[in-house]
Amino acid sequence: MSPTPIQETGSRAPKSQQSLTIARSAGDEAIGGTVTASINGQEVKVPLGTTILAAAEKIGVRIPTLCHHPDLCVAGVCRVCVVEVEGQRTLQAACAFPITSPIKVLTHTRKVRQSRRHVIDLLLSEHYGECYACGRNNNCELQGLAKEYGVDFFRFGHPSKPKYEIDRSSYSVIRDNDKCVLCRRCVRTCIDLQEVGTIEVAGRSDKSYITTFKDKPLGDVVCINCGQCINRCPTGALRANDPTDEVWAAIDDPKKHVVIQTAPSPRAAIGECFGLEPGAPLTYELNTALRMCGFDRIFDTNFTADLTIIEEGTELILRLYKALVGKDANIALPQFTSCSPGWVKYLEHFYAEYIPNLSSAKSPQQMFGAVIKTYYAEKHGIDPKDIITVALMPCSAKKFECNRSEMDDSGYKDVDYGLTTRELAKMISEAGLELPKLPKSDFDAPFGTATGSGVIFGATGGVMEAALRTVIELVTGTKVESLFEKANIIPVRGFEGVKYVELPINEVGPVPDILKHLVPDWNWLKGATLKVAVAHGTANAKKVMEDIKAGGKFSECHFIEFMGCPGGCIGGGGQPIPTSPEIRSARAKAIYAEDAAYEVRKSHENPDVLTIYNEFLTDGPCGHKSHKLLHTHYVPRGKYIE
Amino acid sequence: MSPLPTFSTMAPEAGLKQAMSLSRPDIIETMKQSGLKGRGGAGFPTGMKWNFAAAAQAAEKFVICNADEGEPGTFKDRVILQEHADLVFEGMTIAGKAIGARSGIVFLRGEYTYLRPQLEAVLDKRRKQKLLGKDILGSDLEFDIRIFMGAGAYICGEETALIEALEGFRGEPRNRPPFPVNTGFLGRPSVVNNVETLASAACILQKGADWWKATGTANSTGIKIFSVSGDCEKPGVYEFPMGITVAQLLKEVGGVGAKAVQVGGASGLCIPASQFKRIIAFEDIPTGGSIIVFGQQRDMLDVLHNFLDFFVDESCGQCTPCRLGNRKLLEGVELLREGKCSMAYLQELCALGDTMQIASKCGLGQSSPSAFLSVVKNFREELMGRTYSHV
Repeated sequence: MSPTPIQETGSRAPKSQQSLTIARSAGDEAIGGTVTASINGQEVKVPLGTTILAAAEKIGVRIPTLCHHPDLCVAGVCRVCVVEVEGQRTLQAACAFPITSPIKVLTHTRKVRQSRRHVIDLLLSEHYGECYACGRNNNCELQGLAKEYGVDFFRFGHPSKPKYEIDRSSYSVIRDNDKCVLCRRCVRTCIDLQEVGTIEVAGRSDKSYITTFKDKPLGDVVCINCGQCINRCPTGALRANDPTDEVWAAIDDPKKHVVIQTAPSPRAAIGECFGLEPGAPLTYELNTALRMCGFDRIFDTNFTADLTIIEEGTELILRLYKALVGKDANIALPQFTSCSPGWVKYLEHFYAEYIPNLSSAKSPQQMFGAVIKTYYAEKHGIDPKDIITVALMPCSAKKFECNRSEMDDSGYKDVDYGLTTRELAKMISEAGLELPKLPKSDFDAPFGTATGSGVIFGATGGVMEAALRTVIELVTGTKVESLFEKANIIPVRGFEGVKYVELPINEVGPVPDILKHLVPDWNWLKGATLKVAVAHGTANAKKVMEDIKAGGKFSECHFIEFMGCPGGCIGGGGQPIPTSPEIRSARAKAIYAEDAAYEVRKSHENPDVLTIYNEFLTDGPCGHKSHKLLHTHYVPRGKYIE
Repeated sequence: MSPLPTFSTMAPEAGLKQAMSLSRPDIIETMKQSGLKGRGGAGFPTGMKWNFAAAAQAAEKFVICNADEGEPGTFKDRVILQEHADLVFEGMTIAGKAIGARSGIVFLRGEYTYLRPQLEAVLDKRRKQKLLGKDILGSDLEFDIRIFMGAGAYICGEETALIEALEGFRGEPRNRPPFPVNTGFLGRPSVVNNVETLASAACILQKGADWWKATGTANSTGIKIFSVSGDCEKPGVYEFPMGITVAQLLKEVGGVGAKAVQVGGASGLCIPASQFKRIIAFEDIPTGGSIIVFGQQRDMLDVLHNFLDFFVDESCGQCTPCRLGNRKLLEGVELLREGKCSMAYLQELCALGDTMQIASKCGLGQSSPSAFLSVVKNFREELMGRTYSHV
């Protein structure tokens, strides 16, 4: 038994469910911090503390898992991954056993096979429902295990009636405990990955179940609707609130004009639902598929992403102007982005006192809804009551967002339905379309032009990069390419939890026409240093917020991008299952590649955006009309539930 | 007469005084020499456990006394705490010196809340006597003890679940490794010892390893405290040497003629009369001290139902084999009672029991099928007549 200190993770999760990362000093590898394990007689050299699971994977030995997930800390609770370790009386969970001395492992002995089979049989004895009537049919880890272990009868029985009521209280996430296998991935996702802590295990033994505070409906607790739990649920116990029937009904209704906007992240991921490797964008094939499904118009959410940049960027400039020139102490800074509805609800629950810092600009989804039911309806002579707006989003929280009661500035519900990537893939399959094989086609006018800035909203740091491209050019009058090669603002990219960047403003240019009514000149910014930060996943957001509360360096920032989900929208709760750091990284690459391919890559250069300010939002960014349609307000919710 | 003659004849604080005169390695060496194994039932060598914790590098370490006595049929720790609390605290202080800990915690079973005032009084007295706190007995040793109340979960007797509960979480076992001796309470090296182990350690320091080894067997040294209940004339707490045969024990407690004896509580083994010559020791029938005597009139299925009902209640629910396996075994016993269990299904349940023993995450699930398996094995004829035979 050699010393195996675990790293302090600062996590709120109990240590029974925490990572067993073995602390290693920097030079450990160099002085031989490796250990050789024998797996089924094959030797493999791994760094000290590597789990048996990871060591086996390295040499291509598959060990089945269920409670293990690459994004989450170790649990070791399902016992599907048990293996024999020489010298140990009991089998060991491969996912939780760190190799610290040379060991001999056998991964498929009779004992191992029988134990795994029993575990699967036991789980099936409590798993209510039939596979063909489940949204996760063919993408279920329990089903996969049953197949892998040749389950052909229910050894310990199978429930004939449900034990739990399905919780449909949330606009975003539906919980069906009868399909739950108590792997606790959702619990670890919520408390450890996201540090929200909405769901926990209650009860003991076979009466234990996953629940919320005081068994409240999910819609009534501090759930932020991020859906990260859905992405990590191995079965159909957690799923998004699916409106596809309503969307089909609207399409089938000849009186309805059904408009869909598609966000960049689903386009970079939907191929995964059709067997493609992650990172294969199908943006233009998707346009064809949507037309064939019967949508009347297909718009690019990037258009309102660009609009968001103009509105949010203008709001930032106004805040800075009022604070720095007007010396107005009531101006809340740093300004926080507001395009991630999971983050917004997180702040409303946990840091409600910082609501004034949230940009009042709506998210691109909601701006689009409002624009379609006003500007677009007017322009094309369509009665907005006959328009159904659908949003294809990577997100489960968008379903909640479009149902927020204040989101009706067009006089109608701005966005009628939020569809996830998974749900749209299902609709496309139902229409008999093989998405990857479809021809490409373009978006519809009048919002056909988008820029690369809108595309990168999908990845963490993207909103910041888009905003910086615009703010730098509008303020300094010089091309951003002179500061960052090819306008790629690399310091805000990547999956580091929190990023912090300082940009000195050495030169200022003339105030562009679009902002002339708001500021007389930029001289007050000359010599200033713009401080910005980026955080993704609410656990990282929490770190930044706590730092701000304590008056740390983030409280000195001017603008901070927050995304509710790890990786940003490409890792959203509506994206294809499974997810992992590698998958999210591949999706992000696709997004940045798409950005690089755009001719116009800055929001303020989008001609359609300029047109809407000329034709419709004539009093300019942050003007009266834009305030009515494109801006919103927030609700302090607090974290205490009655 | 005290049921605990050895503990009763110890000179007050002689063990602690002896420990003060020894170096840390010497204390551990004495413990190793004595061969004392954990009295909670798992039988891990105490000296080795202390040695691991002593070797671990950390600014802070803990000595934790496991007083969450919850095994069905066990009540000896309660008597030790009632009558010899000083000896237990003395043992904890010695362990503190041995591993380099300044804090001790007694994790006291929720049902023993009534013992707390009395234990706190003993702690206060020891502080006044300079046996706890700073400069213990005029040396530079610093050690103090606090009491933490359990809330009644059986699983918290498992040392890592106990630590989770101490930290304020659900009492659920952790993955091992890492072990508490390296990564215990608050991530610090922690020794978790049973009440009786700590009292025994104080005795060993006082009287020496050889004195301790003179009793018991080569592999299971010293005396052992037993909680005896069930169908016998003189139930109660007893001190016997390790290695006593079941038959000898029954004779002492007035249980001769028993049908079976459950050794080690609900998670222990069910020994039939034909095996009463076996010895109670780690090399044969291990035990934490619970002895339940079953008279001839007992229905073994009732016995099993009772035990499994307990485990179905007390499993923490974390791992699959224990959470659902105990339920399936209990349902199997019910089927047997109703005459509806086929021979094939009984075999399936025995295989499931085997799986639970090797695939469960902690000692609870690993030992909960023991009673089922040993009854099926040892009382085969009694059960066979009750299987469903329309095949």
